[in-house]
Amino acid sequence: MDTGVENATPFAGIGASVKRKEDLRFLSGRGHYTDDISRPGQTHCWFVRSPHAHARIASLDTAAAAGMPGVVAIFTGADMTGIGGVPCGWLIHNKDGTPMREPPHPVLAQGKARFVGDAVAMVIAETRQQARDAAEAVTVEYDVLPAVGMDNALTPGAALVHDDVPGNLCYDWHIGDEAAMRAAFSGAKHIVTLELTNNRLIPNAMEPRSAIGDYDPTTGDHTLYTTSQNPHVIRLLMGAFVLNIPEHKLRVVAPDVGGGFGSKIFHYIEEAAVTWAAARIARPIKWTADRTESFMTDAHGRDHVSVAKLALDEHGTFLGLHVATRANMGAYLSTFATSVPTYLYATLLAGVYTTPAIYAEVKAVFTTTVPVDAYRGAGRPEATFLLERLVDVAARDTGIDKLEIRRRNFIKPDQFPYQTPVALEYDSGDYFSTLEMGLKAADWAGFEARRAAARAQGKLRGIGISTYLEACGIAPSAVVGALGARAGLYEVGTIRVHPTGSVTVLTGTHSHGQGHETTLAQLVCDQLGVPFDKVDIVHGDTAKIPFGMGTYGSRSLAVGGSAMVKAMDKIIAKAKRIAAHLMEASVEDVEFANGEFRVAGTDKTKAFAEIALTAYVPHNYPIDEIEPGLEETAFYDPKNFTYPGGCHIAEVEIEPETGHVRMVNFTAVDDVGRVINPMIVEGQVQGGVAQGIGQALLEACVYGSDGQLLSGSLMDYTMPRADDLAPVSVATHTTLCTHNPLGVKGCGEVGAIGSPPAVINAVVDALKEYDVRHVDMPATPAKIWSIIHGSAQRAAAE
Amino acid sequence: MYDFDYHKPTTVADAVALLAADPDAKAVSGGHTLIPALKHRLNKPTSLVDLSGIAEMKGIKQVGNAIVIGAFTRHVEVATSALVKSTIPALAYLASHIGDNQVRNRGTIGGSVSNNDPAADYPSAVLGLGATIHTSSRKIPADEFFLGMFTTAMEPDELLVAIEFPIPEKAGYAKMKNPASRYVMAGAFVSKGPAGVRVAINGAAACVFRQAEMEAALAANWSPEAVAGIKQPADDMNSDIHGSAEYRAHLVTVMAKRAVAAAG
Repeated sequence: MDTGVENATPFAGIGASVKRKEDLRFLSGRGHYTDDISRPGQTHCWFVRSPHAHARIASLDTAAAAGMPGVVAIFTGADMTGIGGVPCGWLIHNKDGTPMREPPHPVLAQGKARFVGDAVAMVIAETRQQARDAAEAVTVEYDVLPAVGMDNALTPGAALVHDDVPGNLCYDWHIGDEAAMRAAFSGAKHIVTLELTNNRLIPNAMEPRSAIGDYDPTTGDHTLYTTSQNPHVIRLLMGAFVLNIPEHKLRVVAPDVGGGFGSKIFHYIEEAAVTWAAARIARPIKWTADRTESFMTDAHGRDHVSVAKLALDEHGTFLGLHVATRANMGAYLSTFATSVPTYLYATLLAGVYTTPAIYAEVKAVFTTTVPVDAYRGAGRPEATFLLERLVDVAARDTGIDKLEIRRRNFIKPDQFPYQTPVALEYDSGDYFSTLEMGLKAADWAGFEARRAAARAQGKLRGIGISTYLEACGIAPSAVVGALGARAGLYEVGTIRVHPTGSVTVLTGTHSHGQGHETTLAQLVCDQLGVPFDKVDIVHGDTAKIPFGMGTYGSRSLAVGGSAMVKAMDKIIAKAKRIAAHLMEASVEDVEFANGEFRVAGTDKTKAFAEIALTAYVPHNYPIDEIEPGLEETAFYDPKNFTYPGGCHIAEVEIEPETGHVRMVNFTAVDDVGRVINPMIVEGQVQGGVAQGIGQALLEACVYGSDGQLLSGSLMDYTMPRADDLAPVSVATHTTLCTHNPLGVKGCGEVGAIGSPPAVINAVVDALKEYDVRHVDMPATPAKIWSIIHGSAQRAAAE
Repeated sequence: MYDFDYHKPTTVADAVALLAADPDAKAVSGGHTLIPALKHRLNKPTSLVDLSGIAEMKGIKQVGNAIVIGAFTRHVEVATSALVKSTIPALAYLASHIGDNQVRNRGTIGGSVSNNDPAADYPSAVLGLGATIHTSSRKIPADEFFLGMFTTAMEPDELLVAIEFPIPEKAGYAKMKNPASRYVMAGAFVSKGPAGVRVAINGAAACVFRQAEMEAALAANWSPEAVAGIKQPADDMNSDIHGSAEYRAHLVTVMAKRAVAAAG
C-alpha cells in the first residue's frame, strides 16, 4: 500500500511495517488475561439476573442458597447501602436548556429489574460451580411489568422504565440552525426524504468481560483487575462516584484484553460489585462472564431510527439537511451513552459536503433493554450511514449520477480549514483524491461489464460507494467540557530512559488488540534512534502509569502518541544540554539525529546511550544546572478532533432465488494522516470493514415484544465469518493533520464507519431493476428475497 | 454443568443395560448437542453413557446393495470414505458440509439421527434414501422413524447401532444455511433407486418430511424443471427471526431443484 511516507527508515521508525511484538504471546496462547489471574484465597461470584425485561421484585429469599455447599456470602441491592450508582460521564441538555433525565443505575437492582440480565443478587462461593448452584437456589418473586421497546417507549401512556422519567424520554436535544434549515428548504428545487434505522449490534469481543476484586485489610488497599480499555477512568468513576474509595487506595489493572470495540470502555456494575464485596468478605472475588452473559449485559451499539430530509437546488447542490432521530439508551445510562447520538453523531452530519444549513434533533429514550453505548465508530457510523444513503437516494431521485452529485458538493482542498454548520472545524482532507483512487482501485469504469457478466449467470451485481469522514482523536478537553463531558480527554506519556539507553514508555492509552506495543515503540525508535528491541510499552495498570484516559475514539496515536512526542522533545532538550557539557560545546551547536548527538560541523559525537549513562552516573555532569536522570512526562491536550476520511467501494452479487448477498470485492482508500505502521493500518481497516460488513449484511440484535433477547447467542446472532467477507484492498492517501506533532489522524474506526453505506448502496444498486429505493440493515437473505418476491407479486398484480 | 456419573461401556448390550437401569441416564455420542445443553444447565442427567468405546458401532461397510454405517462413525469418516464416495456420493457430500471441521471431527451419524434436530443434515439422507435404522433391538424403516421435532420411534433404552442405506441410482443434496448457526434453513435430499423416487425436506419444518408432489413429478420426469414449479405450502413451515414460513416454503422448491440438478 501507499503509506504516504517517503524514506521509510531501515530501522523500525515511522513508516515501517514492523511485525507486532505482542503477537508472539497472543498467537502462542501466552497472553495474560484477567481470567488467567488467580489471587490467593480467591472466591468466585455468580450473578442472579432477571429473566424478565421489566418487573418489580416482590420478594427475594436467599436463605436456602446461603446454606448451599461452599457459599461464602450473598448480597442483594438491600445490602448495598451507602454507595452510589454507576455514573454517566456526559451531561446533555434539552432544547429548552434543562438537563437530561439521569435516573440512578444501582449496582444491584433496587426494587425493580429493567432488562433481561439486570443483576438482582450476587452469590459468592468457593468455586464458580458452587456459586452458580447456589444462585439457582435464590428465590425471586417478580411482578412482571410491560416491556418497553423503541416502538412504544414514546407512546403516550407507555409503561415507565423509571418512575421518575416521564414519557421514557432521557433528553430531547438539538444542534444547528433550525431557521436557516427551514429557509433552505423553502427555496429548494428538490426535497429528498428517507426513513431509516441503524440496526442494534452486540459487540462480541472474543474475550468475555471479567473482574477480580481484591482487598488487603492490613493496608486498606483495594485492587480491581478488569477487562477495561481505560483503567484510570474506571478508578476515577468507581472510586469517586460509586464506592467512595480515594485513588491512592484503589488500583485498577487491565492486563491483556481480548478485544473491546468500545464495549470495555464503560464502568460496569460487576466491577463495582466485586470490589465492594471483596472488602466485605476480605477475600478476592472473581467474576467472568460466559458468552450468554456477554450477550445479555455488554453494552450494545447503534439502535437509531431516523427521518432525514435533504434539500437540493436544480444542480444537485445541497442546500439544507434536517435529521430527526430517536436513539435507544436501554434501561440505564451507560458511561458515554448520552454523547453517542449527540456530539459523536449529529456533529458529523455535514460529512464531506458543503451543506450550508443543518439542523438535527435527537430524542434519547429509555427501554427495557441492556444499555446502549459506544461501539466501534460510536455515532459516526450512524451519521455516515444516514448521509451516504441519503446522498445515493438524492442522486436517484434527481437523476444526477451518484459520483457527480458527490463531487459537486465536496468540500474542496482549498476550503480547509472548513467550519461546518454543526460545530466542527475540519483541518485537512482531500476527498477528490481519495475518490479518484478508490474508483481506479475498484475498477468502477469496468463495472457495467461485470454486471452484465453476472446477469448472464442469473446473478444481480451491484456496486456502491461511500465518501465518508469521521471525527476522532478524542478530544479537546475545553471543547468537550463545554458540551457536557465530565472528564478531560487529554493523554499522558512518560518516557523513561534507562542508564544504558533502553526505554520504557508509560502510556495512558490501552492496547486491546491494536498493536500499541509495536506502533508506539516505533515512535521512540524514530524520534530517539533507539533500536526497536530496546523499547517497551507499559500500559493498563494505574499503579504504574500516570493518569491517562485510555483508548477509544481512535485516539491512542493522535493524542497518546502526541504526548509521547512532547515528552521525547523534553528528553532530547535535556540530553542536548548533557551532550553539550560532555563535548564542551554550546548547547545551540548540538544537533541530534539518528540516535547521535553531534557538534554541528564537526566529527565530535556522543551516542544517545552515553548521554543516558551520564545522566544516571553524573560524575562528569553540570550538576548545579541540570538534575540527574533522564525521564520525562508530558500531557497532551489536542487542539481539535482529527478528521480521517476517504472512499469505500463495495461490490456485491445477489442470488435472486435465495436473496443471498455475496460480497465480491471491497476497496478502501482512507486518509488517516501520517501512517506509522502500514501493516497495522491495513489490519485495522480490514477489521473495521469486517465489522461494517457484519452490520450491513449479517448482524441484528433482536428483542421480542416481551423484551426477551431473541438473538441471544451465536446460534441466532450472525457474526461475520471469513466466507461472508470479500478481499478487502486497503490503500491510504495522506493529508497531514495540521494540529498534532505527528500529523496523524487515527485508523481504528474508519473501516466500521465508512463501509456499511457502501455495502447497502451496492445492494440497492444490485436491485435496481426491482425499483428499490432503500434497504435497511442487515440485508439478510430473507429480507432481500422478500423485496424481490414482493416486487414480483406487485408486477403480477398489475 | 451439573455433576453426573460417567460410564464407558464396550458393548451395545452393556450400554443398553446402563440406560435401562437408569431412566435419567443419557447416551453421549459426539456430544455436539448434549454437551452444550449440559453447559447451559438445560439438562440434568444422572449419568452419561459414553458410546465411544463400542467397536461394533463403528465403521462403514457394503452389505449386498447397501452401505451400512455404524452409529459411532464421525462425519469426517463418511465425508472421506472411498466406499461412500463411490456408491452414494451425495451422502459423502452431505457429511462434508455439516458444520465445520471441528464439528465433523467429533459429531457422529448416530447422534445426529437419534437427536432428530429439525435443522440437522443427516435425517434428510436417511429419509431421502429410504434407509433402515438398526437399533439395539430391531430394524425401523426411515418412513417410520422420524416422528416429530427431536422425537424418533426409539425407546429411551434403545440405541441406534447402524444405518443401512440402499445404494441409489442417483441422489443429490442441497441446502440453504441459517446465516448465524449455519444449520439448515431448508434442505432437500432427493434420490431415485431401490426405494423409489424420494424427496426428503429438512430444516424447513418441525421434522424432516417427504414431499409427495415433488416425488410424483420426479417419477414422471427426473429433472430440475419437474420440481421448479411445485410450491411447498407455507402452513407448516418454521418461522423465526431468520426467515418467514413463506421464505422457507420458497426455499424448499429452490433446494429441491438444486438437489435434482446435483444428482444429475
